[in-house]
Amino acid sequence: MSFLEYRVKTAPTGLSKVFYIHWALILVVTAVAAIGWLMLYSIAGGDLNTWAEPQMKRYVLGLILMLGVAFTPIWFWRSMAGMAYGVSVLLLLVVEFFGTVGMGAQRWIDLGFMRLQPSEFMKVAQVMMLAMYYDWLDDKKVSRLLWVLIPVILIVGPTVLVLMQPNLGTSIMLIVAGGAVMFAAGVSIWYFVAVIAMVVGAVAAVLESEGTSWQLLHDYQYRRIHTFLDPAADPLGAGYNIIQAKIALGSGGWAGKGFMQGTQSRLNFLPEKHTDFIFTTLGEEFGFVGAFSLLMLYALILVFLLWAAIQNRDRFSQLVIIGVAANFFLYIAVNLSMVMGMAPVVGVPLPLLSYGGSATLMIMLSFGLVQSAIVHRLR
Amino acid sequence: MRRAPRDTEASGRRFTRRALFMGGCMTAMVAVLGARMRYLGVEQADQFRLLAEENRINIRLIPPERGLIQDRNGKLIAGNEQNYRVVITREDAGDVGLILNRLSHIIPLTAEDMADILKETKRNSPFVPIPVAERLNWEDFSEIAVNAPALPGVSPEVGLSRVYPRDQDFAHVVGYVGPVSERDLAGIENPDPVLTIPKFQIGKIGVEKFLEDILRGHAGTKRIEVNAVGRVMRELDREEGQPGADVRLTLDADIQNFLQARLGAESAACVLMDVQNGDILSIVSAPSFDPNLFVRGISQADYSGLMNHDHRPLADKTVQGAYPPGSTFKMVTALAALEAGVITPESTVYCPGYLEFGSRRFHCWKHGGHGKVDLERSLMESCDVFYYEVAQKVGIDKIAEMGRRLGMGIRHDLPMSAIAEGNMPTKEWKLERHKAEWRIGDTINSSIGQGYVLASPLQLTVMAARVATGLAIKPRLVKSVNGVEVEISPPESIGLDPGRLRAVQRGMFAVVNGKAGTGRGSRIADDTMLMCGKSGTAQVRNISTAERASGVVSNDQLPWRRRDHALFVGYAPYDNPRYAAAVVVEHGGGGSAVAGPIVRDALLRALYGDIPPLTAYPADQRGRMESLLKDLHLRRPDGTMPESSKV
Repeated sequence: MSFLEYRVKTAPTGLSKVFYIHWALILVVTAVAAIGWLMLYSIAGGDLNTWAEPQMKRYVLGLILMLGVAFTPIWFWRSMAGMAYGVSVLLLLVVEFFGTVGMGAQRWIDLGFMRLQPSEFMKVAQVMMLAMYYDWLDDKKVSRLLWVLIPVILIVGPTVLVLMQPNLGTSIMLIVAGGAVMFAAGVSIWYFVAVIAMVVGAVAAVLESEGTSWQLLHDYQYRRIHTFLDPAADPLGAGYNIIQAKIALGSGGWAGKGFMQGTQSRLNFLPEKHTDFIFTTLGEEFGFVGAFSLLMLYALILVFLLWAAIQNRDRFSQLVIIGVAANFFLYIAVNLSMVMGMAPVVGVPLPLLSYGGSATLMIMLSFGLVQSAIVHRLR
Repeated sequence: MRRAPRDTEASGRRFTRRALFMGGCMTAMVAVLGARMRYLGVEQADQFRLLAEENRINIRLIPPERGLIQDRNGKLIAGNEQNYRVVITREDAGDVGLILNRLSHIIPLTAEDMADILKETKRNSPFVPIPVAERLNWEDFSEIAVNAPALPGVSPEVGLSRVYPRDQDFAHVVGYVGPVSERDLAGIENPDPVLTIPKFQIGKIGVEKFLEDILRGHAGTKRIEVNAVGRVMRELDREEGQPGADVRLTLDADIQNFLQARLGAESAACVLMDVQNGDILSIVSAPSFDPNLFVRGISQADYSGLMNHDHRPLADKTVQGAYPPGSTFKMVTALAALEAGVITPESTVYCPGYLEFGSRRFHCWKHGGHGKVDLERSLMESCDVFYYEVAQKVGIDKIAEMGRRLGMGIRHDLPMSAIAEGNMPTKEWKLERHKAEWRIGDTINSSIGQGYVLASPLQLTVMAARVATGLAIKPRLVKSVNGVEVEISPPESIGLDPGRLRAVQRGMFAVVNGKAGTGRGSRIADDTMLMCGKSGTAQVRNISTAERASGVVSNDQLPWRRRDHALFVGYAPYDNPRYAAAVVVEHGGGGSAVAGPIVRDALLRALYGDIPPLTAYPADQRGRMESLLKDLHLRRPDGTMPESSKV
């Protein structure tokens, strides 16, 4: 059923849209963000101005943007998908050649009041673009090779640009989230099996060949792989963060040391304590109970998103929600694995908690898209 | 814009299925993350809580123990000694300035020192310990330990630091270590983390620098628990690093000491080499300096004393110095002429005391001339005119080529600093360098090792060794690393006709042993060890003349500066060469009188393996040699200096 058809009949108009907004989702998102403010306040040693207040302002700005996006019909956003994608690619090219490099090589454009990271916005734009593509594509063609190659190019192109920055964390997220949208769109499972098998095979071949006569990489490249995989080899560099993070988390115990009582995080052991490693403070001050509660709030958000996707009958809406859910999940999974010492440190923030503008705004914007899809869905 | 419905029943069900599958994957991951939280926060909590509450954990790098440098017989040249030092850690000290102020009541710290330390603490991460003072005596060290409660962040520790027990004997060849500088770090790609330890010492010059990677080893790590003020409570675990490899050099510490003493206060260089395998037994530049001064941080006064000394003690004259070889170069010209077929060993030249060429007159050193001279006599009496004549027929390019075959004008690869390449001029070289045509006059000058020809004492030694053996001997300095011998390939022949080589060797024999030989004063009396050699006296006056013409240099300069360089190369025994040596004494005067006896002593010292007996010297010299040898300030067998010399 087309948009034009049902819009007239069923889609809410004007202020009545307020009643269709998923307020529970906004409530949970706000709860998570509030935990973030508490943590930023605590890390700053009981000071509001350092991190907590700017982060609150960003959240409020994000909330307004989200509602604005939500009130705009989803079919408008569908028509904007191509433009959003094109502009994001352009911005990536701009930062590649004119951007500023700093702090872990993320590239940004300085707008004065904030630093814009185009790679963050690419995450939303890519999801919109893929959703539009599959909305347009005849369902019968979804698994044909030619029609699979087009979205692959749409994913790989920006990923290469991001990888050159170099930003490994975001590159991985772009690939996996794009793959998730393709999977949800119904692309034959064998493509995924083949790609996963190839990646596993390639990694195995590279690792196996070390030291043999058919060694695939140079020795120094292997050394880099080893320090990447085993940060303990560099205990004052990457390994230092991980060890200190584990001590902070572990010392929190069951119920934590109490608000503002954490010692590890305040004693400057962690250089990224207010951004990527903010979870350690939560674990130290509120213990397993606090950390697990946060995880459950995140899980609740994901349940909301997946349920909204399944409920929706419009293909573009479904795929956008799935893409947003995949991105949100990847943020959480990669950040928590890295902080808890299960994965190498790649520099991915914890969504809604970590101090930072681009990521927060991008998450709020993507939730705005989800809200728009919910408000304007076929009932 | 109407479209066909996209959401068919089948695709809708497939989407729901796949969305639920993804939900399942996410649930699984959330479960894993939750389990990990439980593991860290609940199951391992007791362990971590202890670590976090009472004490905190720090990770420190353990600097590796630097490899020893030994002489060929295992005598210690560079070792490590215990060093009581005190370090400060910014995050534990709080106010670093205040703590340093308190510390300055116990140990002397100038305002400058304190500013430096303060800067250094700010430059590094807060948990990195910064050295405050090194080599404390036991009283100060224990006083700091007793006053620890008033000095948070300050910890006394025992470290290792480099020491050179045979101080000045090896200063040039072995070099010294010093703290890593920004410039050192900039030059290293992907620097080892150990280099970031403040004041970590690395090789600055000589063997210490060039074998740095071998000597340094790899850092270990230790995890230590520190209490609230940063005092180390206990060590949790430690991963041992790998100490640096011990390096054994080809040098002989006793011979090195003997020759260093023998050169005395002269501005001179001496290289002694085993001609069978290229082992350098001794490589001495005088005057020398004490490398320990540099390790400990040399005072400005000491440093400018060394810098302003007119004998340039900091320069390594053995490899860095490039001198006109003078008459020691005549073997090269002679061999080039013989090989080119221009002369035979029997060819003669008439020497009237000079050679006229165009409007210029090139003098022989002997005023009246030598008369009729053949090859042997030309070497024995060092006739210049013979070589003026011969060189014109050979041409400079062939002479230069022979020089390179004999090891001059090429860089010999030794782990030493600033090795000079010397100069073997050719027509092409002059055109390129001086933008001028090569003149016959240049060839005439070059034929007797003057003009553009330059060589280092090391190159002269190699030349002597190659003439002695006819083999392409390559000098080497590293004998073994961690007990593993450095392999050498047997030297190849340099491809000279043995008969012609013998003719030149006969000439060198006559220099020392012939009745009219210029080096007769340096002959050896022991018949089994007779020496061959060649003296050289390089004029520095030519340069002075040029300078005087331009009016830069005044005539009332130090007379020492304008004297000739004295050179001598030699090898022994003449019939079965074992050792070769070269000596250059800057502004020493005549080569045969000044440098020759030192070459003889070097060769004898190596051949006898001890101070040569007086019987090795001609009877008329024994009295003088006895007092000379007795007056040398040599080390005791254990390497220490006898008391008297410390005055």
